[in-house]
Amino acid sequence: MANFLFVYRGKNEAFTQFSPEEMQQHMQKWATWIQEGMQKGWMVNPGDALTQEGRVVNAKKVVTDGPFVESKEIVGGFSIVEADTIAAAAELAKGCPALLAGGSVEVRALAGLKA
Amino acid sequence: MSTAQPEPVAPLVEHFFRREAGRLVAVLTRFFGWRNFELVEEMVQATLVDALQSWRVGGVPQNPSGWIHRVAKNKVLDQLRRSEIGRRVTRQWAAARPAHDESIDDLFLDTTIEDSQLRMIFACCHPRLQRENQLALTLKALCGFGNSEIARALLLAEETVKKRLQRARRDLVDHHVSLDPPEAGELVQRLDVVHQVLYLIFNEGYSSSKGETAIRADLCEEAARLCYLLCSHERCSTPPTRALMALMLFHAARLDARLDDRGCILLMEDQDRTKWDRRLIRRAQEFLDQSAEGEVVSTFHLEAGIALYHCSADSYAETDWPAILRLYDALLSLHRSPVYLLNRAIVVAEIEGPQAGIRALDEVSGDPALRHYHLFDTTLGEFYRRAGDLTRARQHLEAAKHKTSSPHDRELIERRLAKC
Repeated sequence: MANFLFVYRGKNEAFTQFSPEEMQQHMQKWATWIQEGMQKGWMVNPGDALTQEGRVVNAKKVVTDGPFVESKEIVGGFSIVEADTIAAAAELAKGCPALLAGGSVEVRALAGLKA
Repeated sequence: MSTAQPEPVAPLVEHFFRREAGRLVAVLTRFFGWRNFELVEEMVQATLVDALQSWRVGGVPQNPSGWIHRVAKNKVLDQLRRSEIGRRVTRQWAAARPAHDESIDDLFLDTTIEDSQLRMIFACCHPRLQRENQLALTLKALCGFGNSEIARALLLAEETVKKRLQRARRDLVDHHVSLDPPEAGELVQRLDVVHQVLYLIFNEGYSSSKGETAIRADLCEEAARLCYLLCSHERCSTPPTRALMALMLFHAARLDARLDDRGCILLMEDQDRTKWDRRLIRRAQEFLDQSAEGEVVSTFHLEAGIALYHCSADSYAETDWPAILRLYDALLSLHRSPVYLLNRAIVVAEIEGPQAGIRALDEVSGDPALRHYHLFDTTLGEFYRRAGDLTRARQHLEAAKHKTSSPHDRELIERRLAKC
């Protein structure tokens, strides 16, 4: 078993056409997906969402305002999951509701040296 | 990152986003005015999207409403600082009221939200708007329905809904409809329009057998919720308001019992009365008791009275038909509606037999609205069947089948045809 990072990416404008009820249904899908993962044990830590606020500090220590609203796929949140292989983790990501709203999930293996 | 075992995601109450949308639209429209309604809608959408994006992974905060109101307030402040609209609105807002009265902080107090919603009800049901536009705008602005949901609920094309909403907004701006509560002198008249709109929304959900069951139940719930809001404000809680509330609750108590497993409407005689919600019936009775004040007897009083007789009968056979007949006669003296005429004939048939029912329908068959109503032929067919004239029964049931496009209605008619 190894741990993997799920990075949820999505377009900022993905939800602008959602009605309030559709938003709630979408929320419910996330809640169900995460809860199911926790019950089955593969969702190690649901992690958190990222707000729209951000700063970028470059090599010259210049601070600029983020986030990168113009970027097509902004990072919206992350979770830690457990799986045998990266292929199995990617299989789990296929159930993520982010995909239903035009988003994507980046699956990365944690080096796991501290564990 | 926290290593503690995270809490499972707390569930939101049903329709939470929809309710919050209605609240925010009421508060922000009161502040920015109808002229800036598009801006208001954008801000509400942006606020809800923020909530969705922040909560979907990490879960819902302890006080989700408070969270949403805080975000909305910040968006308002941003708007006031950044845009010309914002600066103008601030000046108008400040000029129109004494200092310290209703600062932006106060906009999101529970009492202000409720007050804003009440003002919104009167604006959406403003007599300057056409009835169909009042309905669409009420569902949009007060109930938080999206255009496609309004279309599905009212069985309209989405494009039609869009046009009605645009028209409603234009009329509100053109006629300078404010979000000030109606003056005492016009309150009764303005309330009357509100009642009509809420009654129609409820009936769209209750009486139609077309479309999806879930969204129609939502219509009933929303109409009852807004009526309840009226009831909880002294000025608006008039006898007709309470009678309307009673009527809605009597019907709501029977909502589940009147559909079979396949979503078909069951006739009252076929309903399992143990499924009627006794608690709601008691609530309805309380409202009906409280509505018996003053001189005015509204159609809601009479309709609620009829519903009460149905709800208090232990079986269909034990229904007090003569009392119900008197109430239908009183209703018809107030308003000659085809539905009342039809229902009255059904009551007549229960008292005097199917031939009397046929005669009662013959007398009113000249009514064009009634002739195109499939239930007219369904009922007539049923009367003939009971009278033993199966040929005519079949004729009318076949005619009824051609007057409705709803598969549920057709199935009901087929079931009756099978008995002939």
